[in-house]
Amino acid sequence: MALLQISEPGMSAAPHQHKLAVGIDLGTTNSLVATVRSAMSTVLQDDHGHALLPSVVRYAPDGSVIVGHEAQAQQSADPTNTIVSVKRFMGRSINDITDRAHIPYKFASGSEDQAAKVLQIETRAGRKSPVEISAEILKSLKTRAEKSLGGELVGAVITVPAYFDDAQRQATKDAARLAGLNVLRLLNEPTAAAVAYGLDNAAEGNFVIYDLGGGTFDVSILHLSKGVFEVLATNGDSALGGDDFDHRIYCWVLDKVREVTANFAPLTEGDTRLLLTKARQAKEWLTENFEAQVLCRLSNGMLVDVTLSADQFVEITQHLVTKTMSPTRKAMRDANLTIEDITGVVMVGGATRMPHVRHAVEEYFKQEPLTNLDPDKVVALGAAIQANVLAGNKNDEDLLLLDVTPLSLGLETMGGLVEKVIHRNSTLPIARAQEFTTYKDGQTAMSIHVVQGERELVSDCRSLAQFVLRGIPPMAAGAARIRVTFTVDADGLLSVSAREQSTGVEARIEVKPSYGLTEDEITTMLKASFSSAEDDKKARMLAEARVSAGAIVSSVTAALAADGNLISEAEQNAIRTEVERLQTIAATDDATAINQAVDALNHATEAFAAARMNASVSHALSGKAINSLEM
Amino acid sequence: MSSAQNDYFQLFALPEQFNIDPKLLEANFRKIQSASHPDRFVSAEATEKLASMQLATLSNEAYSTLKNAARRAKYLLEKQGIDAVADTNTALPMDFLMQQMEWREQLEDAKAAKDIAAMDKLLSDLRSEAKALESELSELFDHKKDYAAATEVTRKLIFIDKVCADIQQAIEYLD
Repeated sequence: MALLQISEPGMSAAPHQHKLAVGIDLGTTNSLVATVRSAMSTVLQDDHGHALLPSVVRYAPDGSVIVGHEAQAQQSADPTNTIVSVKRFMGRSINDITDRAHIPYKFASGSEDQAAKVLQIETRAGRKSPVEISAEILKSLKTRAEKSLGGELVGAVITVPAYFDDAQRQATKDAARLAGLNVLRLLNEPTAAAVAYGLDNAAEGNFVIYDLGGGTFDVSILHLSKGVFEVLATNGDSALGGDDFDHRIYCWVLDKVREVTANFAPLTEGDTRLLLTKARQAKEWLTENFEAQVLCRLSNGMLVDVTLSADQFVEITQHLVTKTMSPTRKAMRDANLTIEDITGVVMVGGATRMPHVRHAVEEYFKQEPLTNLDPDKVVALGAAIQANVLAGNKNDEDLLLLDVTPLSLGLETMGGLVEKVIHRNSTLPIARAQEFTTYKDGQTAMSIHVVQGERELVSDCRSLAQFVLRGIPPMAAGAARIRVTFTVDADGLLSVSAREQSTGVEARIEVKPSYGLTEDEITTMLKASFSSAEDDKKARMLAEARVSAGAIVSSVTAALAADGNLISEAEQNAIRTEVERLQTIAATDDATAINQAVDALNHATEAFAAARMNASVSHALSGKAINSLEM
Repeated sequence: MSSAQNDYFQLFALPEQFNIDPKLLEANFRKIQSASHPDRFVSAEATEKLASMQLATLSNEAYSTLKNAARRAKYLLEKQGIDAVADTNTALPMDFLMQQMEWREQLEDAKAAKDIAAMDKLLSDLRSEAKALESELSELFDHKKDYAAATEVTRKLIFIDKVCADIQQAIEYLD
């Protein structure tokens, strides 16, 4: 199983020191950053006391990039350079955006081929990809956190909707890298919400997380017991959220205005943005009031003044609420549970404040949903708790998240059909192999097309990647045996490899979907954003190499002292030789050589690490303490 | 990784038989995940991360195999050197084939009529059929050690699983 891809080694920091780690809820409408301080998860505020950072990025005329409230205030005045709800475009191609008419941005139209791949928005600062725009939001949160915590972050847990596919997850990770954040883990938003509630309330049982955010709807069913959160099923709709309710009000207002005004002039981009803002305010007002007035003056001087009652609002948006129930039923069926099995229902996302949403959920589950944590903050709070555990600050064994694949992963076979290799809701990490064969006599190459989705036809699924396995020895059709292995890591990211069994010819791909950025693109962008001098970089590289050398030497030495008896004397000596070699090289100024020696030592300890892992599992099963596992 | 740990039953410290204690399976799966999950090794060295990833992956695969009766039976047969789904292993009694066609027809009818209730009924019929086959398997594997007979019943169970999956998918499209 050497094909498993391992992410870059964790940041090195001195042991036993509290490491600054944060949880980030990168939302469609608002984003938040939280951390665990004195055992309490708290949302960090900006200088003005705001917890929520509107997920709005404006490219200003002076070349600066403005994020948050200030950008939001300029939305109406400068709609084409002020990007809202960018999360909806993450990992998407322009062909995925169906309601382009209602979006005030100019999408860059490259060649047909280009447009199908990467969606970009034309701004005065040039073409911007959703990954770059999201990175601006993350940078702003990172700055807020480092200022507030007074130090550099070791890493962050970033939440994504459970229903996000591979392309969307990869795009989110790329955005974090671009913002200079070390991603400890991508965490499903509903799981984060459960963590926030689970630990605070010590809950046990089956929980439904109903998350209606600004732009996405997610429903997850989790089984909680003894600190293990197991995702039984997830479902949702990645294009349904609070924004759609705003849009319904917007359309309703326009209809009302057209009823009384003949020759209604076409709206400018600014008018559209203004009316959408007013619509959102009306929606929020209706949470606690019977009617809302939409009052504003359009750019041509025309006054819009209409009143929307709560009943009318329910009438024009009930179908959206109903639309959330279908994924909910599907998730229940996938989890093999009935309404009676559900211990509690957790509400997440600002849109769950709407009374008719709460009512619909209560009616279906026959119980009042939990709303005691702020639905806007609950995801960030949970992410912070998980970040604190992953950073190693909380040295206990009582929180473990077992996450699942949200969608099935498969391959295209003859006739455009999908052969599923990994079924949805499989627990992560997972590796599964399947054998395929050739179609024609003498076939020497095979095209491997990786798709994601539940449908039988390739054309109904999302294409993730395509690669070719060459060098298959010519054989009769059906004689070659091609083993294709899918591996999904704990972040839900996929890699695929193919191997011809008789010759061992191999091809593999880290599924960097066509929607994400290539490694080169990220490097270029990173170089552009960090304008540090070459010398600084070298010094930094050397320092980092020495720190990681020191860390591995001490951990291997400690491991040998504790568990050296698990391997033979000769094996122990081989490892000791590598340790000494690394110590010698670490004294030099050659960062590359140090890193190579670190790799060599890592390689030399593979069998030892596996032996220790096995020993620790045996301990776990026999009920003994497994403290020895901690290096 | 030692070969002992590649055996799914040994991995979970369970006796190698069809009839297993699902509670113990789940509890031991949790313990192994607790000790080996990559989340426990976020800042560990690369080799430890690799070992953790491999063991967590193996235990996920082992758990999903042993949890499902048809997959567990298929796995027990593999250990006897029998491939239950091999092309050569096509024999199934005529009455079962007839029964299977009948189920398929019922499903097609219900699909055409968009009748979810009928599908739910069919699903629960099939599940009780599966239950009966499972107790047969427990007898054949654990007492009689009659692997030839167990192969046939396992094939039936796999067929029923497939029909169940098709019904669930049909319900999903309608819903």
